[in-house]
Amino acid sequence: MATMDMTAFADIQKNPAKEDFPLLVGNPGLAFLDSAATAQRPAVVLDAQRRFYETMNANPLRGLYRLSVEATQAIEDARAHVAAHIGGGAGSQVVFTRNASESLNICAKDFGASVLRPGDEVVISIMEHHSNLIPWQQVCRATGAKLVYLRPEPDGTVTDESIERAIGPKTRIVSMTQVSNVLGVEVPIAKVAAHAHAVGATMIVDACQSVPHMHVDAKAMGADLMAFSAHKMGGPMGIGVLWGKPEILDAMPPFLTGGEMIDSVTETDAVWAPVPQKFEAGTQDAAGIYAFDAALAYLEGIGVDAIEARERALAARLCERLEAIPYVTVYGPAEPERHVGSVAFNVDGIHPHDVASLLDMQDVAIRAGHHCAQPLLTWMGGINATCRASVAFYNDASDIDKLVEGLEFVWRTFHHER
Amino acid sequence: MSASGLYNEVLMDHVSNPDNNHEMPDATCSHEGINPSCGDELTLHLRLGDDGRIADASWTGTGCAISQASADMATDLMVGKTPEEAREACALFERMVRGEERDPDVLEEGLDEASCLESISRMPARVKCAELAWRTLDEMLANEADGGSGASATEA
Repeated sequence: MATMDMTAFADIQKNPAKEDFPLLVGNPGLAFLDSAATAQRPAVVLDAQRRFYETMNANPLRGLYRLSVEATQAIEDARAHVAAHIGGGAGSQVVFTRNASESLNICAKDFGASVLRPGDEVVISIMEHHSNLIPWQQVCRATGAKLVYLRPEPDGTVTDESIERAIGPKTRIVSMTQVSNVLGVEVPIAKVAAHAHAVGATMIVDACQSVPHMHVDAKAMGADLMAFSAHKMGGPMGIGVLWGKPEILDAMPPFLTGGEMIDSVTETDAVWAPVPQKFEAGTQDAAGIYAFDAALAYLEGIGVDAIEARERALAARLCERLEAIPYVTVYGPAEPERHVGSVAFNVDGIHPHDVASLLDMQDVAIRAGHHCAQPLLTWMGGINATCRASVAFYNDASDIDKLVEGLEFVWRTFHHER
Repeated sequence: MSASGLYNEVLMDHVSNPDNNHEMPDATCSHEGINPSCGDELTLHLRLGDDGRIADASWTGTGCAISQASADMATDLMVGKTPEEAREACALFERMVRGEERDPDVLEEGLDEASCLESISRMPARVKCAELAWRTLDEMLANEADGGSGASATEA
């Protein structure tokens, strides 16, 4: 990456970051508007993955030779980097998992299962991704706890009243997304956490859709445990993060057991390794973790503030352009600037899958379906599916123009105006 | 694929002006098919004539353009066929959308207009939409052959 022209970066008509992304360079006609599902990866990340295997490949943690020590150091450096990226704290507070779903399963089935008693309440919002919903359904069923939904305003706005209605004296755990993966609306986590802590509950944050797009300070906003994934921030697929307060992680039993997570083993018992190794049974994707470190360095090289500003401008423009189309319904906040990354919408009378297929024929990539948030869509009025366009800093205004032109083509196809 | 490819005039005509989108009060059998992941819901209705051939076929329900047009083409094709012939057509359609049968002559001969859905075999996410009506029909006819009851359901 050459030094980024930051004046150009601030202008959504320009796109100086695009050249860092081989897939986008290789597909110049593509309007990739599905970064909420997975981001594209910059060359520096792909190079790092290769460099690991070419120069430092060995099994981390156990080896007593130079390469293994380097591989171990690569993981520990990445851990410290991740901790610093989300507001500081020790690297040992960062557990690497396979994905955010695994991190949230650990929160529910390990932490939740060990603290929940019959009659306790777990509060989640109706906007949760299935990953922060089904594990809680399961653990509530297993422990006799009750799953309580925080229901926001129809546009997804979480009000003080909605927080007070949902969180009460029986609440033991609050687990909530910071940004809805459908509506793009931000949940005021600091307020929710303050209410959770006031009743003695633990605050868990699904930060998958927030960490890639904004400054997130886990500790400052009151998270006790937090989950997110590398692949939505330009890192490799298959790496998730579970961040936690040391006292909580220390008290939790291990989730998976086996190699690399013990101090000693006898015929009948085992002593767990300290956190974070306690949660990292088996060989880690060390190359992926090393490449994730490179992804964070890339993002920080541009600057999280600059990324956030550009993405807010892109999302606002996306929302405005869609709202201006008479046959398009936009979901979520009416104020364009309140969409973080994602804008969900539908085209009158045309199934979202048909919209997505026809857009694909115009080289515009969006997501269509229930976005792993079926309870949200049902709550929104029995909607079966929506289209969702989502932006990242490597998009520019022309991608949004292509989407709008593509939607005009979709409309013409269904209305015989060829 | 061309600009609108799959969404050609033949398909869009079945979407805008379906031939067989109606209830059938005197149906011999009805069968519901759903794609839970897309929300496509179709009910297929058949009336068998005294000669053992399908005298009438129709469909009702909601879903995407592909599932609806495919249902309309399927019901068009079924009329006049014996249940065995109808099931053979369903099997051929299945082979087409799975990419196992690509010979245009075979497809045109066996599926008539429905052969225009051949390109769906290169759109794996949409195969379930296209095959819903055909799978539902096939299930219904299999149930009938087993002496099954009038109304039943298939989940794709």
